[in-house]
Amino acid sequence: MLHVDMDAFFASVEVRRRPELRGLPVVVGGPGARGVVSSASYEARAFGVRSAMPLARARQLCPDAVLLPPRFGDYRETSAAIMKIFHELTPLVQPLSLDEAFLDVTGAGRLFGSPTAIADLVRRRVADEQGLACSVGVAPTMFVAKLGSARAKPDGIVVVPAARLLEYLHPLPVAAIWGVGERTAEVLRRLGLTTVGAVASAPVGMLRSALGPAAAQHLHALAAGRDERRVVPQRVEKSIGAETTFDCDVADPATIRKTLLALSGTVAARARKAGYAGRTIVVKIRYADFRTVSRSRTLPGATDVAREVFATTLAAFGAIWEKVPVRLVGVRLTGLTGAGAPRQLALDDQTDSWRRAERAADAITARFGPQLLRPATLLDEMPNGAGDREGDQDGQG
Amino acid sequence: MKFRVERDALADAVAWTAKSLPSRPSMPVLAGALLRVADSQLHVSGFDYEVSSQVTVDVQADSEGSTLVSGRLLAEITKALPGKPVDVASIGSHLELTCGSARFTLPTMPVEDYPTLPEMPALAGTIDAPAFAAAVAQVAVAACRDDTLPMLTGVRMELESETLTLLATDRYRLTVKELSWSPDAPDVSLTALVPAKTLADTAKTLGSLGGQLTLSLSRGSAGEGMIGFSAGTRRTTSRLLDGEFPPVRRLLPEGHNAQARFSVSALTEVVKRVGLVADRATPVRLSMSVDGLIVEASGSEDARASEAMDCVYTGEPMTIAFNHQYLLDGLSAVGTSTAVFSLTDPKKLAALLPAGEDGEVIPGYWYVIMPVRVGG
Repeated sequence: MLHVDMDAFFASVEVRRRPELRGLPVVVGGPGARGVVSSASYEARAFGVRSAMPLARARQLCPDAVLLPPRFGDYRETSAAIMKIFHELTPLVQPLSLDEAFLDVTGAGRLFGSPTAIADLVRRRVADEQGLACSVGVAPTMFVAKLGSARAKPDGIVVVPAARLLEYLHPLPVAAIWGVGERTAEVLRRLGLTTVGAVASAPVGMLRSALGPAAAQHLHALAAGRDERRVVPQRVEKSIGAETTFDCDVADPATIRKTLLALSGTVAARARKAGYAGRTIVVKIRYADFRTVSRSRTLPGATDVAREVFATTLAAFGAIWEKVPVRLVGVRLTGLTGAGAPRQLALDDQTDSWRRAERAADAITARFGPQLLRPATLLDEMPNGAGDREGDQDGQG
Repeated sequence: MKFRVERDALADAVAWTAKSLPSRPSMPVLAGALLRVADSQLHVSGFDYEVSSQVTVDVQADSEGSTLVSGRLLAEITKALPGKPVDVASIGSHLELTCGSARFTLPTMPVEDYPTLPEMPALAGTIDAPAFAAAVAQVAVAACRDDTLPMLTGVRMELESETLTLLATDRYRLTVKELSWSPDAPDVSLTALVPAKTLADTAKTLGSLGGQLTLSLSRGSAGEGMIGFSAGTRRTTSRLLDGEFPPVRRLLPEGHNAQARFSVSALTEVVKRVGLVADRATPVRLSMSVDGLIVEASGSEDARASEAMDCVYTGEPMTIAFNHQYLLDGLSAVGTSTAVFSLTDPKKLAALLPAGEDGEVIPGYWYVIMPVRVGG
């Protein structure tokens, strides 16, 4: 099992595009005052800059950092090219995000050699063909492979053979176990369990009474080196969503409307790209006091048309908005089916001509980038002014 | 206020008013039925700022006045009373109701807090009440039930000289019904967008009385438009909806490439049977040719059903798919035992039309339905 993790992915893509930035602290993040760091080069990390950190904090830590807005189109394209390399080595590729994936290479040995040889090949091809560095963990289980790639960073490789699996695993702190966050680590610490080895040798009953049966079983198995998970080649998408956090809380209906229009466009374009259409549209509002509410509407037929998503979004929003300042709005399309699924036509079936228009726009966007085409009411927006941020940070690599 | 009234007359009047009272009133007094006695008549009224209803009953009045009591409670009590004259009197802050040896004391609410009932708008004309009720039922089926597009929750009424047209659409279906009426002024030209649910309920209850129904209408400025319906001793007013109803009438198909004539009850049964395997996301397919009609459906879990039936078909063979509930709604709304499907293309709207036993289309009603596109 291989876990491949790109090193400082977004920042490295920026440096690749602008070689004069090589060796400088580069931070990709934003946009806006409330933006967070999406990715930081290793030079920036030396100052303590980390992913998901507020931009303002990053600027304090590293005033000389080159601050760049994210260009997701480029990252997605690069990611697709890298995933294509993986697929040429094994069909069993499970992408976790744009910049990391699990590869099951058990059946690829005859063609490409040992897992370690394949890991070297992956690193070499990604470097040669994409000019980017990645780190690879090689291990008998997914969990340990992921630990390995983190240990291998930057630009390295860590191999944990089956015979040395426990030897490698047991001295690690409990926080290394997948699923153990601060709170669980604290519970374990109070039980006197600070290393993975200690968890493995602890009685399951003790873990169960402290953490509940499911978590106890999960933890105990992983600590003992057992990981039943297998690579799932294509993750089934359950929903497609996008949301925007405003720079300042907004109560102006026109501004919110514009944002919902942009989000509807993003969601519909992504659905079309992935070949999905959805029947249910969910609107999410987070108020200034962090209260979060959502409302869904189900259409008679599935859609991947921004105009239809927007009309439904607006109605659902109108039904729940309390007319007080909003911190975040989100739009999500669920109940997904393949775009070729039966579609209830409407009398004003402009949706079909709108769909054609939006498809044409997709093609132009794919060629010239997303700044070129947008609804006329969004013309005065900053590029990337209303995009999606959640889930688009690159990994900790 | 003190009066004596027949039990049935009182029970009918209170039941009718109580039906239109809000179940979750924005103000407590709006859950009340207002009883007012003047000139030997009892007026029972309800109002929720959108819809008002009032019915008048002859009574033996000892003294005039008005009082406000819970409409639902009064309706339940009057329904359960024995068939004897009922004596009603307001005493202090209570209403005393006596029927035979049964006696009830009900708390009242302050009449002065109750909103003023709207005046009946200007008279527009009259129409046969049962025909109007039937027409409204045929049209309201296509009105939108959720308020994504508020104007689509209404039925549009167009009053043009001697023709009254009703239209409704939820974007996937369109119903149109034309019927004749007697306008108060011969050159009348009015339109109104009436909340579909109110219109359907009102037309049904007033239509069941038979006779003539009087329509009243005032356009007013935005949000002020009002429509009134009265028949016999009953009257209802409703606020009109704002917003521009889409110009859907021009969508009515002018010609057709194919027509299928079939028995409404036979197709209803077939679609119900075959539709058992269809779910909300999968349609029923109708394959039509000179050999007849085959109805098929498949569910998302690989369940399948098909059934053949007779139909008289003219045109090239065609397969067209519909949401089966939309199809069943149309079959139950068409109102005749024979109907005709008028078709142009599997991706274009289809019209379900009533027909006589001879197969001739009866003009004046259209149930238009958009198909489900399968594949591509």
